[in-house]
Amino acid sequence: MEMLIIYLTVFALAVFVGFEIITKIPPTLHTPLMSGSNAISGITIVGALLWAGSDVEIPRYLGIAAVVLATINCIGGFLVTHRMLSMFKGRR
Amino acid sequence: MNLDSGLMLAYLVASILFILGLKGLTHPKTAVRGNLLGAAGMLVASVAVLFDKGIVDFQGIIIGLVIGGLIGGISAIKVEMTSMPEFVALFNGSGGLASVFVAGAGLGILPAMVGSEYAQSTVATGASGLIGSVTFTGSMVAFLKLAEKISGGTISFPGHKPFNVLLALVSVGLCAYLFVSPEPQVYWALIGVAALLGVLLVLPIGGADMPVVIALLNSYSGLAAAATGFVIGNNVLIIAGSLVGASGLVLTAIMCKAMNRSLTDVLFGLAQALQVGEEDDIYTGRVKATSGDEVAMILETAQKVVVVPGYGLAVAQAQHVIREVAEELEARGIEVLYGIHPVAGRMPGHMNVLLAEANVPYEQLLEMDLINPQFSQTDVVIVVGANDVVNPAARTDPESPIAGMPILDVDKARTVVVIKRSLSPGFAGIQNPLFAMDNTLMFFGDGKKAVQEILEGLKEL
Repeated sequence: MEMLIIYLTVFALAVFVGFEIITKIPPTLHTPLMSGSNAISGITIVGALLWAGSDVEIPRYLGIAAVVLATINCIGGFLVTHRMLSMFKGRR
Repeated sequence: MNLDSGLMLAYLVASILFILGLKGLTHPKTAVRGNLLGAAGMLVASVAVLFDKGIVDFQGIIIGLVIGGLIGGISAIKVEMTSMPEFVALFNGSGGLASVFVAGAGLGILPAMVGSEYAQSTVATGASGLIGSVTFTGSMVAFLKLAEKISGGTISFPGHKPFNVLLALVSVGLCAYLFVSPEPQVYWALIGVAALLGVLLVLPIGGADMPVVIALLNSYSGLAAAATGFVIGNNVLIIAGSLVGASGLVLTAIMCKAMNRSLTDVLFGLAQALQVGEEDDIYTGRVKATSGDEVAMILETAQKVVVVPGYGLAVAQAQHVIREVAEELEARGIEVLYGIHPVAGRMPGHMNVLLAEANVPYEQLLEMDLINPQFSQTDVVIVVGANDVVNPAARTDPESPIAGMPILDVDKARTVVVIKRSLSPGFAGIQNPLFAMDNTLMFFGDGKKAVQEILEGLKEL
């Protein structure tokens, strides 16, 4: 049971950290926040890579498909967020 | 130190980088670096996992990374800022589907597990598949609606809501059955039912409520990733997923509040009651029309001007012209600010991005709570392409369908210039007493053309 408890603890604490930080983000940056957090949700790439590198037939294909999708999220998400944030400039 | 501890430490570093990255987004000055920290976290986590001893074959990995990287990279470079809601919707969907596949890939090892490990993995697999699948198809429908490939209005059929409840119950039932019998057929049946549920949940949601839906699906894509973390027993997925889940929920709550809608109203497609033809004509004989030259003359004598943009401004592509007007005014020593309502664009913060793209400095973009106290000391407010969010009835008429909705108090300014095609109502379908007020001037016409005329008027003065 110990592992499950540890994971649940981590989950609960991370949710609180999330709420604390996100509520401090100004509305001006809410769109970059959405695209950036979208990129972060591409963290499933870790699980995807594990299966894509395995030698079990079907899980391997599912893993490769997941790598494609999660990589789209990571690369596309961070890149578009960077593009947007670079446009936010202060007074000249 | 053995390899596993090394991996754990790398995941810890990645998690910290994600948190610092989001923290960077609390100010425009630190935001670029924050985003890079997040990307660095992702790099650390994905390089670390390659050292896992379960990985024996790199061919598939390389193919996947190249294809995904190309699609993601090219689309991120090409996408227009006005299309950001569609883009985010697609990305939410792809995150959801990734979770479905990762959880599905692990089905084969479930029967070998025992005790609490088995319970954790099967329940998490079900949750990951269910949330991921709903996120995927729901996001695809949201994308089609936003891109206007299908009707943006409410699409529904008799018995829609009870049927959704039935699908939700069947999905939960299949999750429970997966616990009893962890077979692939059960999992993929669950995915199918959840996929249908995702489609039917988003179809009835009208265009005005889309920002809430994208924020909510954003949250789901995070929760799906967190659930996948429970499946493969990995803290970095749990942490990153719950950060995103929390972020989406906060944004959902903000958007609901700004639109005066409860989340249940949005989700169950309860439209605001539209009043049709019941109202007295409040406009005839009271509305004063104006012209570009007249507005230019009024602006010339002002000391403080506030621009209130709505999505109509972006549709008319008037951001750049309005910035030129602002620069013309600032050159004469007039203070110019922008008052941004939370639902001014098509997703949270969308209008700010569009104005930033038009080189408006971010210090001039003020959120509702900061700009509202300033309207009483404002000489001229220019409303472009906004309607319901500046309707004083929300404040003054308790009977109004938008009563209690937070609005921008532009009516408190000395003069209000409203640029709008006609007196037609906005999303809420109601009249706007602002247009008939003594201090309001209506400038009828296309947003860009009207602002252009004001600019020309200013240059001639």
